[in-house]
Amino acid sequence: MNAHPNTGTQNALELRGMSKRFGALAALSDIELSVRPGERRAVLGSNGAGKTTLFNCITGDFPPSEGAIRFFGEDITRFPAHERIRRGLRRTYQISLLFTGLTVMDNVYLSCLGVSRGRFSFLRARRDDALVASAEELVETVNLWDVRDTLVNELSYGQQRQLEIAMALSGAPRFILFDEPAAGLSPTERSELIEILTGLPGHMGYIIIEHDMDVALRVSEFVTMMHNGRIFKEGKPAEIEEDPEVQALYLGGGDE
Amino acid sequence: MALSETTTSPNEDTKVWIERVPAPYWIVGVILLIIPSFASDFVMFQIFGWTFILGMIATSLMFLGGYGGMVSLAQMTFAGVAGYMVAIFGESAIDTISLGWPWYIAIPLALIIAMLFATAIGWLAVRTEGIYTIMITLAIAAAFFYFTRQNYDIFNGFQGFNSVLPPPLFGVDWRGPEAFYYLTLFWAAATYFAVLYLSRAPFGLALQGVRDNPRRMAALGYNVTAHRVAAYAFSAIPAGVGGILLTWQSAQISPGTVGIQPAIDILIIAVVGGLSHPVGAFIGAFLYVVLKTFAVDFLIAIGLSGDRFQLLIGLGFLLVVAFSEDGLLGLWKKLRDSRKRDPLTGEVRE
Repeated sequence: MNAHPNTGTQNALELRGMSKRFGALAALSDIELSVRPGERRAVLGSNGAGKTTLFNCITGDFPPSEGAIRFFGEDITRFPAHERIRRGLRRTYQISLLFTGLTVMDNVYLSCLGVSRGRFSFLRARRDDALVASAEELVETVNLWDVRDTLVNELSYGQQRQLEIAMALSGAPRFILFDEPAAGLSPTERSELIEILTGLPGHMGYIIIEHDMDVALRVSEFVTMMHNGRIFKEGKPAEIEEDPEVQALYLGGGDE
Repeated sequence: MALSETTTSPNEDTKVWIERVPAPYWIVGVILLIIPSFASDFVMFQIFGWTFILGMIATSLMFLGGYGGMVSLAQMTFAGVAGYMVAIFGESAIDTISLGWPWYIAIPLALIIAMLFATAIGWLAVRTEGIYTIMITLAIAAAFFYFTRQNYDIFNGFQGFNSVLPPPLFGVDWRGPEAFYYLTLFWAAATYFAVLYLSRAPFGLALQGVRDNPRRMAALGYNVTAHRVAAYAFSAIPAGVGGILLTWQSAQISPGTVGIQPAIDILIIAVVGGLSHPVGAFIGAFLYVVLKTFAVDFLIAIGLSGDRFQLLIGLGFLLVVAFSEDGLLGLWKKLRDSRKRDPLTGEVRE
């Protein structure tokens, strides 16, 4: 399939002068961000730094007030959310937005269906359907095979987080936004998550919002620090960890 | 659940489809098929014929409301559009307006126009939520009612069309009680199974996803608006078929058929029956038809004025809604769950 011709030299994601205001509140101000294809980046920052707002603007949950968003060279600033998703962008949600009345398989099947051509099909899926097969594979990837026919509202919190990830991985994504995937997970589940993230194919870049420095620094090659709706520092994980300004602001002000 | 069906245990797989039909389907199916052998003409034509027709129109609302989360009061209007179009394109006593085209052109054309109409209404209505959807569809139902009453060039105003009869296909008089019973039963069953099938097909699953979580659906690549509009368009098919049958049953269509009261009746039927499953629409329709037909006699029998029959319907409606969140289906589910429960511990027994 060659539906996305511009994969060559462009950045996977490029934000130019992006701002988002809610009335008088500037949630994001003048964001400049470039992410190469396949790059794995962490976005760190305290609560209210604008990280989730950044994601919402990129995926089109709501439009930015100013600025432009380019996805693999294509200007997607004015695209509705579903058009961005069909171009290979994916995201997970901080608060799980799942279909709680459906089974695990149905949830993943729906997410595979969303980026396929059969969205409006009036015919039921056959046993050998390619979408069902890819949904089954994803369910296995995130270790939910044993609970595949369980209703989502009967899953544990950690399992729901894993389901979120399976849904974000559906249908050949090119770039994924993970919104605090490790929040509320047990240590075992955390290491499983790290395994899944580091095991993703090399061309699949992502941005991960993560409060847990330990997770964030292990799964990313590059770190962007946000504070009060602005980007104030970018660098390699090691540089960020040692930066005195970052330590003062984010890591609990170790110098006092 | 269809997807779980695809992964069910092997002994389910080896069954032929006929073995997988649950017992209640056999029982209800056989009863419905043999009813004409003992029921009176009145029961077949008036009670069951009308039940199946109203059930189909209510199913179209159940589909939109139950699966799509959109409560529309325009379903009777979609039915009315199809009914009117059959009268206009086909034959009626008003031969200055009716074009007299053969049924195989008039009926498909009527259904297509009903679908186009529903698509346009859906396109307007899906931009609203909850009570505003109800208001906008109510406004459309009212507008269509007044339009048909005042327009004499196309809709023949207050009089409407009479002598709108089914085509004598295969030499059968389809308005004969038995023939009409089987005709309406066939289309009611087709509607029922089509909606049930669709609920587990990609389109239906996605529609339920849109109902539960539109924002997430957009983030999965679905065009939420397009899906909702398509649901309106589809809902016009059972409603339209029901509208045509309704026109044949009374052999006429007039503004009274598409008034506000019939529009609200469809909502009452769907809600009283239950919105979670298409069978609810037919149960609700049966209750409504029985109440509407016999309430007068009942009231007179206990010494009250017969024209208070709406009171009885209203009371029945209140009782069901007061005790159940999902109409009669909800009551049935409650009863079944409570019988499964241990009376002492309250725990569910298998």
